Amino acid sequence: MQSAVLFKNVSRHYGEVRAVDAVDLEVRAGEFFAMLGPSGSGKTTSLRLIAGFEQPTAGHIEIFGETAEGVPPYRRNVNTVFQDYALFPHMSVRDNVAYGLMIAGTGKKERFAKAEEALELVRLPGYGDRAPSALSGGQRQRVALARALVNQPKVLLLDEPLGALDLKLREQMQEELKSLQQSLGITFIFVTHDQGEALSMADRVAVFDHGRIQQVGTPEDIYQRPDTAFVADFVGSSNILPADVVQELAGKGAQASLRPEAVRIGPGEAHEATVTGLSYTGAVTRVSLAFREMHLTALVAAGTPLPERGDSVRIGWDASALHLMERGA
Amino acid sequence: MSMGAVAHSAIFAPKPGLLARFSDLLWRRPTVLLAVLLGPPVLWLGVIYLGSLLALLVQSFFSIDEFTGLIQYQFTLKTYGELLHPANLDIIARTVLMAACVTVASVIIAFPVAYYAARYARGRWKALFYLGIMLPLWSSYLVKVYAWKLILAKEGILTWGLSKVGLLPLLNGILSIPVIGGNSLSVSYIGTFLVFVYVWLPFMILPMQAAMERVPVSLLEASADQGAVPAQTMRHVLMPLALPGVVAGSIFTFSLTLGDYIIPQIVGSSRLFIGQAVYAHQGTAGNIPLAAAFTVVPIVIMGFYLWGAKRLGAFDAL
Repeated sequence: MQSAVLFKNVSRHYGEVRAVDAVDLEVRAGEFFAMLGPSGSGKTTSLRLIAGFEQPTAGHIEIFGETAEGVPPYRRNVNTVFQDYALFPHMSVRDNVAYGLMIAGTGKKERFAKAEEALELVRLPGYGDRAPSALSGGQRQRVALARALVNQPKVLLLDEPLGALDLKLREQMQEELKSLQQSLGITFIFVTHDQGEALSMADRVAVFDHGRIQQVGTPEDIYQRPDTAFVADFVGSSNILPADVVQELAGKGAQASLRPEAVRIGPGEAHEATVTGLSYTGAVTRVSLAFREMHLTALVAAGTPLPERGDSVRIGWDASALHLMERGA
Repeated sequence: MSMGAVAHSAIFAPKPGLLARFSDLLWRRPTVLLAVLLGPPVLWLGVIYLGSLLALLVQSFFSIDEFTGLIQYQFTLKTYGELLHPANLDIIARTVLMAACVTVASVIIAFPVAYYAARYARGRWKALFYLGIMLPLWSSYLVKVYAWKLILAKEGILTWGLSKVGLLPLLNGILSIPVIGGNSLSVSYIGTFLVFVYVWLPFMILPMQAAMERVPVSLLEASADQGAVPAQTMRHVLMPLALPGVVAGSIFTFSLTLGDYIIPQIVGSSRLFIGQAVYAHQGTAGNIPLAAAFTVVPIVIMGFYLWGAKRLGAFDAL
């Protein structure tokens, strides 16, 4: 399959700060790709390198097989949905969406028709005459999406586009973005610090930390088989068992991750632990446990009888739930 | 259970003293606070500032008796009629044209400076920018204008410098242009124009810089992302959003040029500008009504100017 974006040993340094540090990356044509990581991990800088707002300090970038270094953003067939939407406040919604077409020299009638089509695509038909300031956050987000899509880009970049929306709207937009991407077939590259968002939307996820990629894989890979302790912890706050404990339990000297939902609490289980805290989150209750001078978290589904703080309990898990991280950081 | 009336509440701090009670009053009634704060300046503005302007306006509707030279305190439009004499219209046209040229030139010169300061200057360079812009404002206006007279004079450094690099014919060519040229730069409209631009430029740069700084970088990036080359981004995004700053700056450069009477007196031809006409009429000529009528002209022009700027949408982004 052709690669949409290819990074070969790409770095972007600001003085001493290595925002992106020797990154190799391949985004395949037509996939929904998520860049996941905490703030300052290099994911947004990577996105800006693809958009052309930043140039790499070292390394090589290709977009659909063409060299991208030195190509300014306005010569790239790549469009961005900005975190703050970046709608032009002095233009109507219609002029905002038609901006790229206007720049490209498309006639007024044609570009307004295409703008209206794009607005229909994001389910805002008839909003063309309004001012961006008269729209809600969710609507602005859709206009920004329409403005990017109207140019029919080869790659669509989304920089935390759902960050400013409330939970309900965010979940709705996640589904819409996913189905939009599937129907349009455009390569989407999505930057987020929300692991739930990345896992639910992306075909593949790259996890960033300190300017480097920790792991690239399908959401299932990332979640079930994390390569490093950072990935295990950042994606779904896994329990990380140190190598000596793993040696004792599984006979192998490597760190291992253990998903909280895989930890069972019940009388017949293998290990002894003490309950140190409970926190109710709705569908599940998070139980904090002290286990061999270590802190473990277990998730208990609603309806299951709960232990109390200070109780001694028996805990256990399937051997297969213990995922060894031999590449461990 | 009760400790008696003297006991203080355990929750609310006691309120002793007159000052504390006054603070409480202001807290409960913010309008009182507003009145206390705003009263003196509003009185000052209302009575001294607007009052004197009103007195001026009234004066312009009086007229002067041509034989006795005394002011006749009867309302008439005769003085405004005098404004329409060709000689007076000349003065008005000359001043407005000069103010327009100075404003346009200031915008052109200020734009790159303001853009640099807003987008690129950081830390020490930004401090240097402010210092560079403000420093000329700290020295006396008269000193600066006289310095320019010396620079522009026929024996001045500019002529000398140009002769050293062999560009004297160019200067002479420019000076031989009718109307705007003259014997030397210091007695030509070009000279007046140069000094006006120099003196008012900071008043254009600062508001433009402030306006451009308020334009989020992401908007410029979004424009580039949409395929706009930098010139298109400037035209379609930066300029429209910086327009309020340009208008604010042009209000300064335009109105200050309209009213100034010192620069054209020191540097330039002997032909009058509005400010000089006001000065002459209220002083030696003793024609206060005509001086007042002349003063009303820039006010009216600025009124139209602001109205036009508003129609252009210059204040929409405020």
